[in-house]
Amino acid sequence: MSSRPELQAPPEIFYDDAEARKYTSSSRIIQIQGKLTKRALELLALPDDGVPKLLLDIGCGSGLSGEKLSKKGHQWIGLDISQSMLDVALEREVEGDLLLGDMGQGLGLRDGVIDGAISISAVQWLCNADKSSHEPRLRLKAFFGSLYRCLSRGARAVFQVYPENIDQRVLILNYAMRSGFSGGVVVDFPHSSKKRKEYLVLTCGPPSINTSVPEGKGEDEESCSDDETSGDEERQTVSISDRHRPRKKQKTNRGKGREWILKKKEQMRRKGNVVPPDTKYTARKRKARF
Amino acid sequence: MRLLTHNMLASNIKGVTNGFPLRIEVEKAIEKQVDFNPEFLKNMFTKIHWKALVDASRIMGFAELPEEADSSMLESDDFLRNFHHALLELHLEEGALVCPETGRRFPVNKGIPNMLLHEDEV
Ligand SMILES: C[S@@+](CC[C@H](N)C(=O)[O-])C[C@H]1O[C@@H](n2cnc3c(N)ncnc32)[C@H](O)[C@@H]1O
Repeated sequence: MSSRPELQAPPEIFYDDAEARKYTSSSRIIQIQGKLTKRALELLALPDDGVPKLLLDIGCGSGLSGEKLSKKGHQWIGLDISQSMLDVALEREVEGDLLLGDMGQGLGLRDGVIDGAISISAVQWLCNADKSSHEPRLRLKAFFGSLYRCLSRGARAVFQVYPENIDQRVLILNYAMRSGFSGGVVVDFPHSSKKRKEYLVLTCGPPSINTSVPEGKGEDEESCSDDETSGDEERQTVSISDRHRPRKKQKTNRGKGREWILKKKEQMRRKGNVVPPDTKYTARKRKARF
Repeated sequence: MRLLTHNMLASNIKGVTNGFPLRIEVEKAIEKQVDFNPEFLKNMFTKIHWKALVDASRIMGFAELPEEADSSMLESDDFLRNFHHALLELHLEEGALVCPETGRRFPVNKGIPNMLLHEDEV
């Protein structure tokens, strides 16, 4: 059987009482979900004014992600399709409000009232058709359309996702863009199969300086492998790369130069992926310390 | 569920054009104390549908909010305290939320509204 929970059962069945308890009592999971949430909050880039915000946690589960939002002082509303997960959240006395709901049916929220949204390890569930009435494309459309409407202009949504393959990632991104979001994918630790994590960073409204996807460290392939050999825990952010490509092959790509990178970026663009713009910094070597 | 969330929630049943505000049916309401944060309240004020908050807080047994409010009132500590209490400390624990247009009931159990739609409502 596949190790992907998404392929085993619908979420409300997979996350039953036993799974919800198992999930939330694993210190490893608590730690990972906490880290992912912290990173998502960082990418959410809320104004640093000390004013608590009203945030959404989509697929909030037992509240591991939401707790980090409370820690920062924010108010939040969590949505999840699994009653068992929400029951554990109640037990844990999370501070956010909880809703039992299906993101694929669209969010029933007023227009423009939410300051930001996160979703940790949940949105890839939308790519599955769990019932005969489910059409993933319609569900993605309902979800992103309603999310776009309820966010205030300029607000961001950051989703950490586990897409099964490139097609799923492209599908999710396409529907986000069609709903009016701008943004793209940020990948941390792209060359480590264990640590590799993907975040969709979406901004409500047309592209502008504020909507560009955070670039930052290790944007091009060269510097990334340094991360692994040195075992450096520091986070690396790169543009989209294919996780199914064997590592060996990626290694040989080192030092292919600017032209090669521009060509690759163009290819990715043609595939419909969102790729950071080409600038004079593209493919530049980085200093050892930055 | 707090009235903050009630103030944001709308029924999104297919075909419904005005699903806000959801009517509250109270079976059990509770209060939980929350730290007072005037900055949050000032930030939220412009987003709050005031009449919906006033009506909801009355149904929940709290009648201290003025019928109308404008941003100058945010200077008053009394006002902020009442706003805070209504928005963040009153919880609908058991009861229902009712779609104003269709009358569809969304049950609330253990403080969690069940907003799952039936297949023919999507
Ligand atoms: C891996 S858990 C993550 C939970 C939480 N965000 C955390 O970080 O601990 C994924 C959650 O997504 C929820 N989920 C899956 N599909 C959903 C849907 N269509 N609507 C709402 N929640 C969904 C599941 O019920 C589950 O609780």
